[in-house]
Parts: sequence; C-alpha cells; structure tokens
Amino acid sequence: MPNILVIAEHDIGQLKLATLSAVAFAGQIVAAASGSFDILVIGNNVAPTVELLRNYGASTVLVADHAQLEHPVGDKYAQVIADVATQRGATMVVGAASTFSKDILPRAAALLDAAMLSDVIGAHLAGDDFIFRRVMFAGNVIATVKLGGAVRFLTVRATAFAHPPKGAESSPVLSVAVEADKLPAFIEYVGRESKETGRPDSTEARVVVSGGRAIKNAEDFERLIGGLADALGGAVGSSRALVDAGVTPNSLQVGQTGKVVAPDLYIAVGISGAIQHLAGMKDTKVIVAINKDPDAPIFEVADFGMVADVYQAVPELVQKLRNQTA
Amino acid sequence: MKILVLLKRVPDPDTKIRIKSDGSAVDLDGVKFAVNPFDSIALEESLRIKERLGEAEIVVATIGGDECVEQLRVGLAMGADRALLVKTADSLDPLAIAKVLAAIYRREQPALVLMGKQAIDDDSNQVGQMLAALLGIGQATFVSKLELIENHTKARCGRETDAGIETVSVRLPAIITSDLRLNEPRYVSLPGIIKAKKKPLEELALASLGLAVTSRTQVLKLETPAPRKAGVRVKTVDDLLEKLNITIRCRTF
Repeated sequence: MPNILVIAEHDIGQLKLATLSAVAFAGQIVAAASGSFDILVIGNNVAPTVELLRNYGASTVLVADHAQLEHPVGDKYAQVIADVATQRGATMVVGAASTFSKDILPRAAALLDAAMLSDVIGAHLAGDDFIFRRVMFAGNVIATVKLGGAVRFLTVRATAFAHPPKGAESSPVLSVAVEADKLPAFIEYVGRESKETGRPDSTEARVVVSGGRAIKNAEDFERLIGGLADALGGAVGSSRALVDAGVTPNSLQVGQTGKVVAPDLYIAVGISGAIQHLAGMKDTKVIVAINKDPDAPIFEVADFGMVADVYQAVPELVQKLRNQTA
Repeated sequence: MKILVLLKRVPDPDTKIRIKSDGSAVDLDGVKFAVNPFDSIALEESLRIKERLGEAEIVVATIGGDECVEQLRVGLAMGADRALLVKTADSLDPLAIAKVLAAIYRREQPALVLMGKQAIDDDSNQVGQMLAALLGIGQATFVSKLELIENHTKARCGRETDAGIETVSVRLPAIITSDLRLNEPRYVSLPGIIKAKKKPLEELALASLGLAVTSRTQVLKLETPAPRKAGVRVKTVDDLLEKLNITIRCRTF
C-alpha cells in the first residue's frame, strides 16, 4: 500500500498552487491502491500555509518549522525530507515539477538511495505496481516507465493534475522535530532579486500573454505584453530569446528549461514557436498567435492565428478590449 | 585548482526526434550527436575560471560507449586538459549515473564540479543534485552567474529559480549545474581540434570501478504526443477580438 509524502511548496508563506496538483496526484494513487498520504510543509512560521492544506484528505499535515528553514536551501531541506520520509515509512515522495522541487527532491532521493522520475504526467496501476508516464525530449516524447525501489521520488507536472476539491474534514497537524545544528550547512542563502509586478504567476493564471523576439525592448514589452495581459487579467510570459536579450527576467521564461504552463488561453505575441518554447505551453486549451511571419511554426499549433505586425495589432486589440469592458 | 566537468552525448538539439515503430526506443539512425548544450556551458565556465586564475586543470568526463569519445574530443578541443571515459554499454538511470560519477569524483578529488542542469534528451534534471548528496557536499543548481570568493573556498552563485534570480554562497568542493545564461560557449577552433588529438583521453571499464550499479527505472514504451491541429487564421483585429470573446465566454472566466 502506498504511503505518500507530498512536499508542499510556498514562497515565503505564500502557498504555490502547484502543490495542490501534487496533492491531486497523491489522491489518485491512494484511490487506485488504497494507502494514504501526508503533506509536509517546511519553512519558518508556516502556520498559515499549513492551514490552507488541511482540507485535502491528507492523513496528517506535517510541519518542519524552524528559523534555519526560512529559505529553501537544498542541503537542509533535502535532509529534512529524507528524515521525515524515513520516520513516516514513506514509499513515495512527491512534489510539483518546479525549480524548488527540482533542486531539492533529487538530493533527498539520493540520501535515501531512491530513484526518481521527473515531470510525471500520469500513473496507472498495472497488476500490483504503478506505471508512470513522463515527458522527455522537450515534450516530444512521452515515456511509460516502471520505477523500482522501496522508496520512489517523483515530480509531477502541475498542468497534468487538476486541483482537488476542498473537503469538509480537517487533517490533523503534526510538528516534526528539527535538529537545526545537525542539518548540513554547505549552502548559505544570500538573497533574491525579483520584481513585484502585481500580476499572477504564469503557472497559476488562466490567461498568459507571452512576448517573443518581435518585442524590441523592456518598455515595449511592458506596454504591449503587460498591457494585453492586464486587459485580460492574465499573467505575462516570455520566450527564451527575450530573456537572453535582457528584455525580460528569467522568471518569465516559458519553455523546456523555463516554466511549463497550461492556461485556458495563451496568447503568443511575436513568438516564432521553437520546439523548446512549445514544450512549455502546448497543453494550453486555446492558443492564439500573432506574428508577422506567416510561416512561423507557432501557427501550426495555434487555434487562432493572425499574421500581423504586433506593434500595430496589439495596441488596437488592447484598446478594443478596454472599450468592451468600459 | 582542479575542475571536473561532466559531459553527456545527446542528439543534436535541432534534431527532429523520431520513435521506432515498435515504441521501444528513439530512432537514432542518421541522428547527429552533440555535447549536451548545458554541459558545453559548464565547460565554458571552467575555461573562463582557468583564464581568470591563470592556472587550473580541467578534466572532462563522461559515461557510455566508445562513441562518447567524440564528445570528449570536442571538450578537449574547447580547451579541457584531459578526458576520462567510463565505458559501459548499459543504459543507466540518474541515480546509477550519480553513483558512477561519485566514483570518478573520489578518484579525481576536484575542487569544483561543473555540469549542465539537465540533459536535453531525458530532461531529468537530477544527476548533479544526487551526486552532491552522495558525496555529502554542497550544490548550486540552475546557475547563471558564478564567482569564486573567499580565496576560492566558496562560490557565489546566481540561480535561476521560478521566482527570479536567487543568490547563494556554497562551500567548495561543490556541484554546480549551469543554466542557459551562465555564458555563451566558444566555438571549437581548428588549432583546438589539432591540439585535442594529443591530449590524454583515458578509458576505464565501469566494472573496474568496483561498483554495483543497476537502473531502477525501466522504460516500457515511448510514444509521440498527439499533435495539436492548426486552427484558423483571422485577418483583422476585430475578427481576433470576436474569437477571443467566444473563448473567454466559453471558459466562463
């Protein structure tokens, strides 16, 4: 019977909604093979995050709360996860596929001599064991994989698992002891550079407007891409080309090596559609593409395509969207 | 300072990936191979560190069959000093690879290990972190800025996280995995290729390392995801607006 440990992710107390996809995955496994799952929240003063996770069917919400765990440094967090997984007899450890999980979970897995699968998009029971599906080759290949071992680690694509409904029952909360002076201290957190834009995160938004090479500078990006996103209440994203050119910060990059998004509506503005970019957004429900080049590969995946100069089409579209709501 | 750089042989990133008709494997017939692009970035960074310090030894290493010599030669041509191939015909999963790399690390005792954050074939993004855990040393993943500090006892790293650039300082030796924007790798020069032919390239049988490694992951089947169909083209912003309105209404935003 699977005994799953779901690793919650939050950003200084702000729950990352992708955590709920990992919870949904754990729920699916437990529904197929009975067993149970716990959720582990690691951090400093994380009581509000813990509360948000109590209504999703976990046997227990575990909390490792300590000042030394304020920031998600890989060495400490991996040790806490490995220790808790051992104490709880976990047979599976699951997190959402994000830079947080990708940094920490493989380290925790190796501490337990456990193998791991990244970017899992499905699981089903075959006989008495699970078989997983995961993406590779920039989303161009889906592999069906068996994973052996007493403990198995997985990251799951948030885009593949819808958030579970909130239940009436409240999971008990259990504090786990943190022996901070026994945790490794190879890594020291120095700081983070991130701009508060007031817009939603592209992995959590229902509308994402992304800009590509056609956008010439940061001011134009803000005016055109930001403007269209705001008119639709959406998030902004970017192709790799714009991040490389210094026009947009790395945290906006959508693609194989950036974020993977699957909103209801994705508007690709001046993005050619390299496979590395498509890997990050092709599970979107409705894709709209605006591009000057009629042969741009983005049109091969777009539900609605418009061949136009984005500098003319986007301001007109923003204006007309605003007039509609005014 | 000795720097160990890990390279993986992967299908060229511009290759269109085809799967064999029985779904057993990627069809590699006629496929061109390259050094994993993230690993090239890691190697470039080691070369820049060497240029800054004036002196360093750069060892490139990989695990695989004879064909991997090609990628090690590219590494030597870019400027690495020597190369090491651990030979095996087995397909190893990330944990097994990390165990072999740990043996290489113990043999080489480098001050720093650089490698790509992920290989562009299996996209696992696990090996560096697993290697750091097995060795009981620090790690900095997705690094886009690297600076050696405090008399080269630590590395100050900018990491590309989902929330923005995070800075950490990690004690050396450590495993550092490179992201796209760490640098732009140099091209291999003709003199570089000629020089590379004379540089030492050592081959070791995996069995000689005295490790028992097996893969716990077993790929049962590969398939291509269902392609999206191209939709319709609209001519004017008004047409596009109408389509957007229908989309938005259908999704009850």
